[in-house]
Amino acid sequence: MAENARVIVVTSGKGGVGKTTTTANVGTALAALDKKIALVDADIGLRNLDLALGLENRIVYDMVDVVEGRAKLRQALIRDKHTQNLALLPAAQTRDKSAVSVAQMQQVVQELKEEGFDFIFIDCPAGIEQGFKNATAGATEAIVVTNPEMASVRDADRIIGLLEAQGLHSPQLVVNRLRPEMVKNQEMLSVQDVQDVLGSGVKLLGIVPDDKDIITSTNRGEPAALVKESMAGQAYRNIAHRLLGEEVPFLDLEVRTSFLENLKKLFAVRR
Amino acid sequence: MKSFLERLLGRTDASTRGIAKDRLRLVLLQDRASIPPEQMENMRLEILQVLQKYVEIEEDELDMKIERGDGAVALVANIPIRRVLS
Repeated sequence: MAENARVIVVTSGKGGVGKTTTTANVGTALAALDKKIALVDADIGLRNLDLALGLENRIVYDMVDVVEGRAKLRQALIRDKHTQNLALLPAAQTRDKSAVSVAQMQQVVQELKEEGFDFIFIDCPAGIEQGFKNATAGATEAIVVTNPEMASVRDADRIIGLLEAQGLHSPQLVVNRLRPEMVKNQEMLSVQDVQDVLGSGVKLLGIVPDDKDIITSTNRGEPAALVKESMAGQAYRNIAHRLLGEEVPFLDLEVRTSFLENLKKLFAVRR
Repeated sequence: MKSFLERLLGRTDASTRGIAKDRLRLVLLQDRASIPPEQMENMRLEILQVLQKYVEIEEDELDMKIERGDGAVALVANIPIRRVLS
């Protein structure tokens, strides 16, 4: 079988910025475009990607079982229930990051490549320790997820430096949880601000608005990328197209406040 | 009057967005220029080797450190020279 999978690590440094959500949604959106996708949950001990996909009840074997020879890779891979082309390799929940070595991770990625996937996404744990080293070991591309917020941009900058040191150059940036109305009111960093401080070495891959659909779809275990009307879902579908080399304009998240609204605000303040 | 107009146009004076961007710029400047102690020592020794080709240095008095000021980070060195090698 052809072994030309793109192996992409999804990372951020800081926790809680949306790595797992991004992995689940971009993977799902690409699978819907007829690509064969494997998602690897590299967050050993803090398994979450299964929840984002609604596959938590189907796990029999996990990555550590594969690494330690208790299961074959194919036995551990769980086929997604929404899209035929998507498979999940779950993390172990009862072990820790030291259960997998860099060499073992590379071996798992190699075996996944031999399965003929088009894309292999590795959902990286937060932090810069062993888990990060493992998750990046087998990757040839990187997506850095950040929020328009100081701590997560700072951590993204650190992660970009560490990726560089691992030979993962020019990572692609996803700015997640943007609140356009706050940016407009000068209360939140804009995407341009984030790009300005991170520098030109980072290419913008996507802008995902803060959207309650992400919460409700995660509640259901059904990625927002499958929800047609969802803004965040649309943003993730656009990212999928961009990863395939298509030029897709960024979502128009401009908030248009009318003159009348501003007048109202004005008098509310002046009261 | 200016702020009245700004508010009418939906702008505010106190932009926390601007504050965040400025603070972030500065902190990244510092983060990026921080060198692990081991690397700093290696750099110090190598710079010393180069200098010693041309001048004799008071090695014990040598002082080299990263200094952070407003908006800039600099490597500052104080290298007392005993004599120039001819």
